[in-house]
Amino acid sequence: MTTVGATATPPGGWRRRLFAAAPYILLAPGLLWLLYFFIWPAVQMFLMSISSGSLDSGFRVTGTLKPYTDALTKFSTQWGNSLLYGAISTTLDFLIGFPVAYAIAFRGGRFKNLLLFLVIAPFFTSFLIRTISWQILLGDEGPVLGFLKHVVGILPVDFSILYSPVAVIAGLTYNFLPFMILPLYVALEKIDIRTLEAAGDLYANGWRTFWKVTFPLALPGVFAGTILTFIPTMGDYVNAELLGSPKTRMIGNVIQGRFLQSNDYPTASALSFVLMAGILIAVLIYARALGTEQLTG
Amino acid sequence: MTAASAAVARSGNRTDRVGRSISHWALPAFTILAIGYLLIPIVVMIVFSFNDYQGKFNFIWHGFTLNAWEEPLAWPGLPDAIRISLTVAFLSTLFSTILGTMIGLALTRYQFRGRGAINGLIFLPMASPEIVLGASLLTLFINIGLRNGVLPPGLTLLPKSALSLGFTTILIAHIMFNISYVVVTVKARLAGFDRRLEEAAMDLGANEWTTFWRVTFPLILPGVVAAALLAFSLSIDDFVITNFVSGTTNTFPMWVYGVIRNALPAQINVIGSIVFLSAVAFVAATTLRSGRAIRTH
Repeated sequence: MTTVGATATPPGGWRRRLFAAAPYILLAPGLLWLLYFFIWPAVQMFLMSISSGSLDSGFRVTGTLKPYTDALTKFSTQWGNSLLYGAISTTLDFLIGFPVAYAIAFRGGRFKNLLLFLVIAPFFTSFLIRTISWQILLGDEGPVLGFLKHVVGILPVDFSILYSPVAVIAGLTYNFLPFMILPLYVALEKIDIRTLEAAGDLYANGWRTFWKVTFPLALPGVFAGTILTFIPTMGDYVNAELLGSPKTRMIGNVIQGRFLQSNDYPTASALSFVLMAGILIAVLIYARALGTEQLTG
Repeated sequence: MTAASAAVARSGNRTDRVGRSISHWALPAFTILAIGYLLIPIVVMIVFSFNDYQGKFNFIWHGFTLNAWEEPLAWPGLPDAIRISLTVAFLSTLFSTILGTMIGLALTRYQFRGRGAINGLIFLPMASPEIVLGASLLTLFINIGLRNGVLPPGLTLLPKSALSLGFTTILIAHIMFNISYVVVTVKARLAGFDRRLEEAAMDLGANEWTTFWRVTFPLILPGVVAAALLAFSLSIDDFVITNFVSGTTNTFPMWVYGVIRNALPAQINVIGSIVFLSAVAFVAATTLRSGRAIRTH
């Protein structure tokens, strides 16, 4: 027996070593890709944000904080717009999304899958094309305003929505609504219907059951949904560009313009970092406010 | 029962009744309206693909025509943009699915140190605003072109022009942001995986290689396919990140973004409609097929 075991060990040895290394072999290529094209760029952008120079003379890391003071002081309108539009459209998404997710989870019946499919249907068309559709819809002579102006006649002829903050908020609310509905649905769907029945048995009325049982149990979904809506809204520049005017520019428009048109990379990098840091801090405060222990569920 | 308690009971009943009628009528009505809101831009896109518009901008309805559908590619640059979009989507799906599936396998099937950190690294690209991903990649590519800053080892060995903005940099970016989504999708599928099936194959004399291809792979294949489809649709729709790293190369969304400054051709709506309808047809076909498969089992 022992001799057989001894002769079997040499080939088994390198094979075993290969299989011990298997997880690292499996991980290496993908993680290297993320290291090279996600982590390294982020580090480079940080270095760029404390650099001075221009595209012609080259950029040198000087440890200057000027890009950050510029980023924080020069663009207060755009920061304000981002925060305001982000907050309003995330709130609207929640107010629209929660009843929809609730209805699909508890009242969907055999239409559940069809309804979910309709919620994600917008993803089957390009984000840009959907925003262009809003341009058409909200146009001064478009299907909505044109009808109300010339057929119904309740609006003055010069009434306009396109290129106003309302149009930008409408576009943002629209484009990120599915990101709100889906996590809310997942959280509500997980709720055991018997806990709601138990609340009823204990003489809680529908309203009380909702606020004391359903909503607290849905909090992880509320958290995920608001985060998934708020983050892309804060970084968006397409809605503000296509549906807005120079007055409705958001911080994303500034970052895009500084990077792609004026080649002011240090300020643009500093703006991106402030945006990232701001989002991170907001998420942490929000997690604390909702109660982190509920979010692990 | 005193009069006061009777009044309380009655008012309780009334709020209950209001609550019940909300959940019976208002909730479904609201859900239908909200889903209508999600679908309106798609309807507009399809309807306006048949618009016989005047001038260059397809903004106002003028009558029905099939012009755009008869010549769906009749705009300079459009055929090239579609070809590049499809090539990038195909290649980035291929690479990110392979890399992401390998990471997913490693994370779910092996115990090793640093799993938490790796999970975090996978999660970060999905949690970052797209604009920051695009901006930081652009910083990397600019620095490589300028031979500026601390460059990742190996990349400096490439000729300077190898990573100048264009097809290659778009592909690199798309593989990068797709990897995380593939890992998450494949992991979800692997979570319910029964390791005993593999052990059974090994007991029956199959080696690791045979076991993987004959047992493991067929079982995770649906997850891999779902991940690939997700990656493909994310890639073909991406605008924000591509806008930063594409230089003068046009993908379809980039082409749309460029052309809408001077015109709004109905061909945009036609291509959008074709993509939307084929996606819907695909989902419908797979749903019907899986429904039939369940019934025959």
